[in-house]
Amino acid sequence: MNNAILSLQLFLTETAHISRFTGRFFREVFKRNQEFRELLRQAFVIGYKSFPLVGITAFIMGVVLTIQSRPTLAAVGAESWLPAMVSVSIVREIGPILTALICCGKIGSSIGAELGSMKVTEQIDAMEVSGTNPFKYLVVTRVLASTLTLPLLVILADGLALYGCYLGVNIKGVTSVHLFFNHVFQKLSYGDVLPSIIKSIFFGLAIGIVGCYKGYNSNKGTEGVGESANSAVVVSSLLVFVIDLLAVQIADTMGLT
Amino acid sequence: MEAVLEVENLKKSFGSNNVLRGFTFQLFKGENLVVLGRSGSGKSVLIKCIIGLVRPESGTIKVFGKDIIGMRSSGLDRMRTKVGFLFQNNALYDSMTVRDNLEFPLRRHWIGKSRAEVDALVLEALENVGLPQTVNMMPSELSGGMRKRIGLARTLILKPDIILYDEPTTGLDPITGREISNLILNIQKKYNTSSIIISHDMSCVEITANRIVVLANGICYAEGTYDELKKSTDPLIKQYFE
Repeated sequence: MNNAILSLQLFLTETAHISRFTGRFFREVFKRNQEFRELLRQAFVIGYKSFPLVGITAFIMGVVLTIQSRPTLAAVGAESWLPAMVSVSIVREIGPILTALICCGKIGSSIGAELGSMKVTEQIDAMEVSGTNPFKYLVVTRVLASTLTLPLLVILADGLALYGCYLGVNIKGVTSVHLFFNHVFQKLSYGDVLPSIIKSIFFGLAIGIVGCYKGYNSNKGTEGVGESANSAVVVSSLLVFVIDLLAVQIADTMGLT
Repeated sequence: MEAVLEVENLKKSFGSNNVLRGFTFQLFKGENLVVLGRSGSGKSVLIKCIIGLVRPESGTIKVFGKDIIGMRSSGLDRMRTKVGFLFQNNALYDSMTVRDNLEFPLRRHWIGKSRAEVDALVLEALENVGLPQTVNMMPSELSGGMRKRIGLARTLILKPDIILYDEPTTGLDPITGREISNLILNIQKKYNTSSIIISHDMSCVEITANRIVVLANGICYAEGTYDELKKSTDPLIKQYFE
């Protein structure tokens, strides 16, 4: 019983600290003298360098999903629905969730470990004493970069997954690109695309905030750095699913599903 | 003599551990003041309070007459252009080259400097510590003594009036330690800087100190020159010189 109370207390304290950290991010992000060069560098590191992994995974998912869905649809004589069905799954759910989870692992852990190691080696303090606001330089740039690049990664992942789907459809049949995308865009609507892009913005924000929070508040030396990287991945992955659940509920309430 | 830094009745505790219990001292223009104390006596906490990294519970810290406790971050940033800090473990940015490490403090304070002017400042700082050849190297390629010198060059690049050294010779062999101590002395002479040197390396203390303050039990236990304290009969002071 005592352990349960202690765990709840820890959870609530951590939630309060992350909320305060997020609040500070929103206060700092609207201040003058932003670190645009560092923001661009982070967008390159977080966005561009994640693209190969996200792209290959999305492409494979497109092919696999198509191959696995075909028998079920063929059994009810609805094989022609394959492009439409797979594309809706990809755009609404698989594209954003897959991209976000890959980024939790790749970006969340790297931010957590990098800032954690900077914290324990006093590099963050060194920035502060040299007159640079480390929160603005390290946190604001990384969170903004992940928030802005994640939706772009999702769009690219969706595109590659759809291409994978097209190849999957053509493994056991012949469908032209024109006909395939005709089927896809007949079924897809703004109600599918827009919520998915909006929720991916929140996925990016969550990944950036959690990674930076864990790294920025790292302690206990090298063990703390490992812990920061690990918990950044765990917490941000969990948050991605929570945000996804909320996004589905909100989209459903607004009649977008 | 003109006091550039005045610390009065400074108190700081961590939980039940009262590290500083009303520490008071002054730093005068152009002097090297060594704060001597055992490990864990609160020496590093003291200079972190002075630079604004740790907030004390009470007391005043006046840098050039301005109390920095409770000062806004913009005020602290301005103060930090006048006060340099050399970290015990150097705290070099390990993902940046030596050049980038040295240019980093310039980004905020000397915006508008041309590339040539920045290059000249970097070169001057590196020449001051005798390592101009390391400009394009990464911190991981440097030895412990070289890293300490680069840390010092980064501190010097803003040409501060006051420099705070946190155990500058810790972890170095005696020869390199003496070189760093002599470097501190040369910098004092060349730029007329005032310095607080946290140390318990008596060789460094002997070379660098104009005056020594002994920090014990959270207060200023004793004060004097190296020779004065060496003659002290106080058992605690004697331990340092044995």
